[in-house]
Amino acid sequence: MAKLDSKTPSGPLADKWQKHKTEIKLVNPANKRKYEIIVVGGGLAGSSASATLAELGYKVKNFVFHDSPRRAHSIAAQGGINAAKNYQNDGDSVHRLFYDTLKGGDYRARESNVHRLAEVSVNIIDQCAAQGVPFAREYGGLLANRSFGGAQVSRTFYARGQTGQQLLLGAYSALSRMVGQGGVELHTNSEMLDLVLVDGHAKGIIVRDLNTGAITRHSADAVILATGGYGNVFNLSTYARQSNATAIWRAYKRGACLANPCYTQIHPTCIPVSGDYQSKLTLMSESLRNDGRIWVPKKKEDAKKPPASIPEADRDYYLERIYPSFGNLAPRDVSSRAAMRMCDEGRGVGETGLGVYLDFADAISRLGEPAVRERYGNLFDIYHEITAENAYKTPMRIFPAVHYTMGGLWVDYNLMSNIPGLFVLGEANFSDHGANRLGASALMQGLADGYFVIPYTIGDYLAGQKPGSRPKADGAEFKQAEQNVQSMTEKFLANKGTEPVSHFHKRLGKIMWEHCGMARTKAGLEQALQKIPALREEFQANVKVPGSAATLNQSLEQAGRVADFIELGELLCRDALTREESCGGHFREEYQHPDGECKRDDEHYAHVAAWEYQGAGKTPLRNTEPLNYEFTKMSVRSYK
Amino acid sequence: MVAEHSVKKNFSVTLRVWRQAGPNQPGKFVDYPATDISPDMSFLEMLDVVNDGLTKIGDEPIAFAHDCREGICGTCSCTINGKPHGPGKGIATCQVYMRSFGEGDVIVVEPFRARAFPLIKDLVTNREAFDKIQQAGGFISVRTGAAPDANSIPVPKEDADLAMDAASCIGCGACVAACKNASAMLFVAAKVSQLGLMPQGQPERDKRVLAMVKTMDEAGFGNCSNQYECSAVCPKLITHDFIARMNRDYLAALFRSNFKPVSGASDGGA
Amino acid sequence: MNLLVSLFKTSIGKKFLMALTGLVMVGFVTGHLVGNLQIFFQPDRINGYAHFLQALGPVLWAIRLFLLVCVAVHVWAAVALTLESRAARGPEAYAIKKWLSATVASRYMRLSGIVVLAFLIYHLAHFTLGVAQPGTFKTALPEWKMLEDAREFGFPLAAKGDVVHDVYSMVFLGFANPVVSIFYIIAVGLLSVHMLHGIDSLFQTIGWRSAKWSCLLRKVALVYCIVYFLGNLAIPGAILTGIAKPAVGTYAAQKLAASPAATSSAVQP
Ligand SMILES: Cc1cc2nc3c(=O)[nH]c(=O)nc-3n(C[C@H](O)[C@H](O)[C@H](O)COP(=O)(O)OP(=O)(O)OC[C@H]3O[C@@H](n4cnc5c(N)ncnc54)[C@H](O)[C@@H]3O)c2cc1C
Ligand code: HEM
Ligand code: FES
Repeated sequence: MAKLDSKTPSGPLADKWQKHKTEIKLVNPANKRKYEIIVVGGGLAGSSASATLAELGYKVKNFVFHDSPRRAHSIAAQGGINAAKNYQNDGDSVHRLFYDTLKGGDYRARESNVHRLAEVSVNIIDQCAAQGVPFAREYGGLLANRSFGGAQVSRTFYARGQTGQQLLLGAYSALSRMVGQGGVELHTNSEMLDLVLVDGHAKGIIVRDLNTGAITRHSADAVILATGGYGNVFNLSTYARQSNATAIWRAYKRGACLANPCYTQIHPTCIPVSGDYQSKLTLMSESLRNDGRIWVPKKKEDAKKPPASIPEADRDYYLERIYPSFGNLAPRDVSSRAAMRMCDEGRGVGETGLGVYLDFADAISRLGEPAVRERYGNLFDIYHEITAENAYKTPMRIFPAVHYTMGGLWVDYNLMSNIPGLFVLGEANFSDHGANRLGASALMQGLADGYFVIPYTIGDYLAGQKPGSRPKADGAEFKQAEQNVQSMTEKFLANKGTEPVSHFHKRLGKIMWEHCGMARTKAGLEQALQKIPALREEFQANVKVPGSAATLNQSLEQAGRVADFIELGELLCRDALTREESCGGHFREEYQHPDGECKRDDEHYAHVAAWEYQGAGKTPLRNTEPLNYEFTKMSVRSYK
Repeated sequence: MVAEHSVKKNFSVTLRVWRQAGPNQPGKFVDYPATDISPDMSFLEMLDVVNDGLTKIGDEPIAFAHDCREGICGTCSCTINGKPHGPGKGIATCQVYMRSFGEGDVIVVEPFRARAFPLIKDLVTNREAFDKIQQAGGFISVRTGAAPDANSIPVPKEDADLAMDAASCIGCGACVAACKNASAMLFVAAKVSQLGLMPQGQPERDKRVLAMVKTMDEAGFGNCSNQYECSAVCPKLITHDFIARMNRDYLAALFRSNFKPVSGASDGGA
Repeated sequence: MNLLVSLFKTSIGKKFLMALTGLVMVGFVTGHLVGNLQIFFQPDRINGYAHFLQALGPVLWAIRLFLLVCVAVHVWAAVALTLESRAARGPEAYAIKKWLSATVASRYMRLSGIVVLAFLIYHLAHFTLGVAQPGTFKTALPEWKMLEDAREFGFPLAAKGDVVHDVYSMVFLGFANPVVSIFYIIAVGLLSVHMLHGIDSLFQTIGWRSAKWSCLLRKVALVYCIVYFLGNLAIPGAILTGIAKPAVGTYAAQKLAASPAATSSAVQP
């Protein structure tokens, strides 16, 4: 049974972080260079951590499977990043950001962590602006803000529709600077395939060079994972195609607890699937809902007809009908679920029947096409590029898609997992968003973890490790782990299967989406827990991986990742089944208010579920960390 | 504009793909039929389908680089029918849709070719040279925690917008691939300009441009001949005006650095 | 020193040298054309002008040397940059080569440059060194006695009665040869094409070009190159077609009268 000590500092909420910083142990400057730290991941969290730790004097080895850290999935974030700067003088404050984030997460996150996040949010903007991130500005030259879902203030900083790109390039530039100075040793095309524990502490990793196939061992005084989210367990998602869960899953198998895997976020406005070949879902900014009206035909028979031929009277503007006060601006999860219900009723539109209309006809007649073009032109262009449809003339088709995973490896207040020496940052950990993440908060969290939390908190661990006590990479533990990786690789290549990896990934995705997607039921999840193990068996027996292990072999890479997804998918369903309540991104149909809102069960489920691996074929252990709300009252999340 | 609900009939094409098992190995074009292709498929999805077919018959699938599949990560990098990123303007390979092609087309797919981007396998190349250029100076030196309040450094909106234009580079390398000289000037100019346009970037402005150009030269890229093939294929439509700007910046930095008083040179140095 | 090393070693440095020397040459060929157009006036004009240049002595040599250095640097940079760029493509060329935005002139800079270089050598051999057609070289022709004072912008070039080289006749006799003339026309044609991209390009290289006025720049370069070409075409064109006849009393007039169809072989002295 894992020990889950959150190490939350005592004292008033607003003083906790300050107090903690003054109380935790430090490593003296002369000793820092004697410590080596492995950072896996070069997204916002990984790049910012690597750069900052190297600036402090630690020797950092950074590993990414991408060919450059600049390609991490963080690059794709569009909307913006929150910070409690109150530059708009609209009453924002650290406390308000804290409160919004906590409430947005449906009271399933730690108060102390969330408050710290809100506190350091202001430093993030300073840091990024100083790095030359070209944030949007007002004519006076000062920073501009926009508002985002779940907040009543304008606190989102942005760089056109490419905020993630710009923040990542900022962090990447800081990282590049330290690589140039020799403070960081950068290993690109290097996929971590196992975590090495020595005497119960994380002391190294096993890495495969994706271009040459070489498998190498690396030891360090501490290991940081910043490897992103696991949304591709659904196969189709807004994630980059290569995003995967291998790093956290292999750490899980070495004993790190995986917390709340069932908290997954689904975004309501994505471009629908067009066919079985589909590899990726593209996000359309939510801002479209400000002017678009969402509808489906009232009658099933109309679903396949061209939208123009359906008279006004036969259209069902269902969000306006069901949620008259919020209408088309109903929260993400609510509108996602409503769309799904429409499609379940057979009224979904488009070839696949999985889509609803987002209609701009009213906006165009009210504002004129040029005004609509000015507001949303680039989005209409993207839509046109992908679908060949002109959304000025015919309504867009949209459908919800998996977008973010709130769950992840369990970490304490220091961002250390239950394995000493293993730290987890960014989307890969479970820490700050509870059961649902607000828009523009993931970027904030990734950078908070990397720039402003880990540089302090890792010292607390390292100070307890004698400088130079780092094991050599040729110990038995390393050899065993390397052997483990080798044999996995060999097994795939030797398999006499017939189906490509993608075949199984697609099937896994379908099971997950059907049974563990937007709305979950006990029966559905139980079914999934039957289907997934069967799929795993079939995968092991029948997957075909051509080529060799000694060159770039993308099938081999995928095989390893999908094997992990299949296992993770099972755990995700198990977590969803055991959490008998609805909260945030986890919606159990059995537990809802009459208006379709989530019905939390604070009495029984105000806790973190942290799953602990028990060995192959054994049911994992569900540990819990209670969530004590000392400073805020848990209320029913409502945006009405 | 493509007509709405344009002919949605599936069709077949022939892929003529560069296959090369590894670096320094001989490569050649191989033809593959791609049948029953939906016009709504992306080009990369079409490659996925072809690859699944190859896998099933025990052949090695075509290695190609990709990740975000929405034109922002800069990983995808195919030269399609002689044009890096293929048909269309302002898009990356992953944003090419099969409706750009027709029944019976022969589609020639090559890697990005440049000495500074050595080939790894099939259509995948190593673009590490770009990282090296960044490491030489593509940053503003500001230690974490040392930054002043963000609004204490006002940036004229016009400059910030222009810097954003330059910063939208996705580092794909199409500019190099399209340039007859395999020059990396557009890439380097974009970074130099982004940082050089903002007040934060001024202290290191000269040092940055000199160092980045030096590293660019050492990496084995060719020389710009001002023909602007680069900006014509840039998925983010970054203008070659930034190249002019960098030339100016570079020359000014070169002259300035030579005529600056030398600190510590007593007696005037000689 | 450092500066020079950088200019000669780095890519942008070499480009800058190329642009600078190109600019000098553009200036030179423009001036040269204006000077040459004096052929259409009385022999005194061009002969006086030539005399004036000759009389500069060491200064003329300095200018010539400077121009030669410019040519040398320009050609050296062209070769160095081209070789580097060739190598930069790597071991394998594209199977399909496509042009997207490069102007036609820009695609043939190396070709037009080489022809211009060949022409330049011939041209110097012809009119400066006198080794190409020694028979009609100015030193082989009878000298010219100035009929009037020659002035340019009120500045005296040669005085009445001065005995000077008969450049006027040399040019007439030289271009009377159609082979020479046609080569000349082709070469200045290619030079114009070379400058069409060159002028546009040098502004980019120096950093003085942007979308705000690149259209205008291209138009100016085009007009300049057309005018330059027509100006140059005029001299051999007019001579060859007989539109321009040497002034009565000049050696060229006598010579050409002696062999009226003096078009085929070079005129023998
Ligand atoms: C389309 C889209 C839009 C979004 N928009 C917003 C937004 O507007 N605002 C917001 O706040 N958030 C947004 N998000 C969420 C946000 O972008 C991510 O949560 C965040 O960027 C994750 O950062 P990260 O550093 O944790 O991980 P990532 O950026 O995913 O980086 C993971 C890194 O780990 C490396 N890695 C992974 N596994 C391994 C391994 N086994 N071995 C070696 N290296 C490995 C990868 O190479 C990569 O460098 C959006 C997400 C999506 C999908
Ligand atoms: C003597 C033989 C010459 C050769 C071999 C030559 C060759 C070249 C080449 C290869 C280029 C580079 C094109 C590029 O990089 O895009 C160039 C550019 C140029 N040339 Fe020449 N050239 C010659 C003569 C001239 C002359 C006589 C002039 C002027 C009248 C001239 C003017 C220019 C200019 C202005 C440029 C543009 C420089 C720049 O790109 O910034 N060249 N030349
Ligand atoms: S795959 Fe990311 S830009 Fe094409």
